[in-house]
Amino acid sequence: MTQARTLYEKIWDAHVVETREDGTCLLYIDRHLVHEVTSPQAFEGLRMAGRKVRRPDLTLAVPDHNLPTTARVDGEGHRLPIKDPEGAQQLAALEKNAPEFGIKYIGATDKEQGIVHVVGPEQGFTLPGTTLVCGDSHTAAHGALGALAFGIGTSEVEHVLATQTLQLKPSKTMEIRVEGQLGPGVTPKDVILHVIGVIGTAGGTGHVIEYRGNVFEEMSVEGRLTVSNMSIEGGARAGLFAPDEKTFAYVKGRPMAPKGADWEAAVAYWKTLKTDEGATFDRSVVIDAAGIVPTVTWGTSPEDVVPITGTVPAPESFADATKRAAAEKALEYMGLSAGQRMQDIEVQHIFIGSCTNSRIEDLRAAAAVVKGHKVDPRIRQALIVPGSGLVKLQAEAEGLDKIFLDAGFEWREPGCSMCLGMNPDKVPAGERCASTSNRNFMGRQGPGSRTHLVSPAMAAAAAITGHLTDIRTMAGEMA
Amino acid sequence: MEPLKTVEGRAYPLGVKNVDTDMIIPAKWLKTISRVGMGKGAFEAMREVSGNVFDDPEYQGSPVLIAGDNFGCGSSREHAAWALNDMGIKVVIAPSFSDIFSGNAFKNGILTVVLPQEAVDRLMEVAKTDPIHVDLETQTVTTPFQDRFRFELDPFRKACLLGGLDEIGLTLERTGGIDRFEQRRDAEQPWIKPVLA
Repeated sequence: MTQARTLYEKIWDAHVVETREDGTCLLYIDRHLVHEVTSPQAFEGLRMAGRKVRRPDLTLAVPDHNLPTTARVDGEGHRLPIKDPEGAQQLAALEKNAPEFGIKYIGATDKEQGIVHVVGPEQGFTLPGTTLVCGDSHTAAHGALGALAFGIGTSEVEHVLATQTLQLKPSKTMEIRVEGQLGPGVTPKDVILHVIGVIGTAGGTGHVIEYRGNVFEEMSVEGRLTVSNMSIEGGARAGLFAPDEKTFAYVKGRPMAPKGADWEAAVAYWKTLKTDEGATFDRSVVIDAAGIVPTVTWGTSPEDVVPITGTVPAPESFADATKRAAAEKALEYMGLSAGQRMQDIEVQHIFIGSCTNSRIEDLRAAAAVVKGHKVDPRIRQALIVPGSGLVKLQAEAEGLDKIFLDAGFEWREPGCSMCLGMNPDKVPAGERCASTSNRNFMGRQGPGSRTHLVSPAMAAAAAITGHLTDIRTMAGEMA
Repeated sequence: MEPLKTVEGRAYPLGVKNVDTDMIIPAKWLKTISRVGMGKGAFEAMREVSGNVFDDPEYQGSPVLIAGDNFGCGSSREHAAWALNDMGIKVVIAPSFSDIFSGNAFKNGILTVVLPQEAVDRLMEVAKTDPIHVDLETQTVTTPFQDRFRFELDPFRKACLLGGLDEIGLTLERTGGIDRFEQRRDAEQPWIKPVLA
């Protein structure tokens, strides 16, 4: 009898080309997503060494990080230039490198363009049981479909382009099990923020997390994408969900997914991809779903979470000295003081978007809260940035754009936008943003910006009230 | 890549926990298509605070950086390693590192040394006045005061750093194995190739 294995071990084993004596493996990579920011130096490296891309057919390039989210074509359909010369140069490099190396490229004005981590699953490029990498840490998102997916640096991008493999050692395994019944207003975003609060930003370091238990089983594929996306915020390079009927239904019929007999063979294989009875994890964390409430961040690390009903913690409340010092710094940076009620914190910016929360279900949840209301006049900017052109078209077909525009939101073109302050969408210094993105680091949304991470529904609620708001107090507004 | 055998010099006593990659190199510095020149943007926000270690003449040009837990957490940007390289930092010492960062550092010839918090605390103290010495061959960090801390290091990484070896070149020598893997897989799982129009 073969030894009981976890889902991670099954996918890993199926991709080992060779194992060295010291345990390092040459791991085969099935899918490689490329964007404009972390690839130019990799292509340059190939060119300098006279190397080719080994499998351009397993590679897909999409620009997302530094594209402005304002109109990309003028009234006559002509492409508008990017004002920032450095951003334009990076985009131009990808536009040149993709065809030169024979890689399929989804361009800035194509309707399929979007954030790589939205585009991959949407196009059926991401499949269960595959290994998928991208020069971006939020590649962890694709684990929602049962792909072993993780972020890599530019040297590794170059390595995958040249060899379609990576030299890696197996990770440790960690199970996060959330069981029970989630309360009203608690979304996948709240679940993962809560989880990061429990394990800490280094809690998953060296591990791959498998999300298990009824809460994750019952979650939609888009909700799972939100959860797996933030695995890296808990220190884990990858997250995994065992593929199930929901996954198959999600993947079926997508443009790049297998068809016909190939589809049947694929599903038969995917059904074997679950952790065996009796397999063990190096670490196991069990969380009671009933204890999770709508969650926000107060500080400058994603582990700085507190229930929306809570208050800003006092630095003295942390037993660990370095954590205490970090909390003092965070409060100073955030312009908050201990004991302040989270719900009293006023925000000036709303950002609904990013690879964490820019899919159609996210926009529906936000629209359900916004419908019939206006953005509070104290809000300076409220952005809705769909994760892809196809998400945008779907939302428009459902009339969601109209709900947002009527309320006073801006309806933008797809991209990473205000998540990371490397395109024109930024939060000014000293101002505060309720954001559906994934990182509240100092300066993440622009120098001096102050970020509170929230779910799409809570971001929408904050837009209407002008301050962080418990979604549960807006009765009847929840999707 | 330059071989790395020993590093001797002063160290920036930073000591901060959870130094994320946005702190090491903010996003506005990522809009480059080159690997060099990012030292100017390194630790930009920290350098705005007067009395910061990076602008203290005492530590100028130090080849070592000492930090707290979880150094390099956050994004996968290799620019963080390139920025440290550009500053002349060859070794980072901390109680723990993010996985992606330590991989990126290694691929750029930067050694990440994991030591227990007590050892890091001691080195922080020494760094304020004296140089420290890192020896890759013996896997030790030593000080002029007889401190001697041994660290663990993956043998493959050690060999690559000592020899300045190019990982892509090493993998390309294994092309036969990759070919055989692909042939077997394409036969067993023909569905795995994406349908690219």
